[in-house]
Amino acid sequence: MLSLTWPLWVAFVAIGLSFILVFVRLVRGPSLSDRVVALDMLSYLSIGLIALWTLVSQQPAYLDAAIVLALIAFLATVAFARYIARQHGEEVTL
Amino acid sequence: MMILVYGLVLTGAFFMLVAAIGLVRMPDLLMRMHAATKAGTLGAGLLLLAVAVAYGDGVTVRALAAIAFLFLTAPVAAHMIGRAAYYAGGVQCWDGTLLDELAEARQADADARAASSPS
Repeated sequence: MLSLTWPLWVAFVAIGLSFILVFVRLVRGPSLSDRVVALDMLSYLSIGLIALWTLVSQQPAYLDAAIVLALIAFLATVAFARYIARQHGEEVTL
Repeated sequence: MMILVYGLVLTGAFFMLVAAIGLVRMPDLLMRMHAATKAGTLGAGLLLLAVAVAYGDGVTVRALAAIAFLFLTAPVAAHMIGRAAYYAGGVQCWDGTLLDELAEARQADADARAASSPS
């Protein structure tokens, strides 16, 4: 449906730049929570990248990967939140 | 139609970039989370919406389902991370922070508990 026209190039470059910036936060992040937020953001970026690639490659099947990634990212974040809470002896009530 | 798809793609990518810049530049955890969760979800949602507009029927439904799922889970995930980090004492608020109502409430709670205990 679409070939790789200039708006898609611009979008790819912007998302690639965002990946680099989020990796900077992932490496530097002073606390574990900062890194978890960066990981969460990485999964949103991946979902956006998959959506873009669905447009460029004209293969709507790739969209399923984005749906599954959204689900897995949520589970991972919840697991990390429980880990952070338990690490400090906090009563986990979730 | 193509104009709409291109507009959605460019806006979505722009908001992704804004979220990433916010994640790097913001001074404390809660502000970073504010940038990443809101702008990041909006960016991913707009890109998925571009897919929904570009293709027909079944793909549109799946893309809209992905958007709905993203909008349901992202605030919950951010809430849980923020809550866990705050109670674990890992949030050092920015120097310019004016109001921390949760800290005041917890202090008042601790005072009330100390006053009512018979020691």
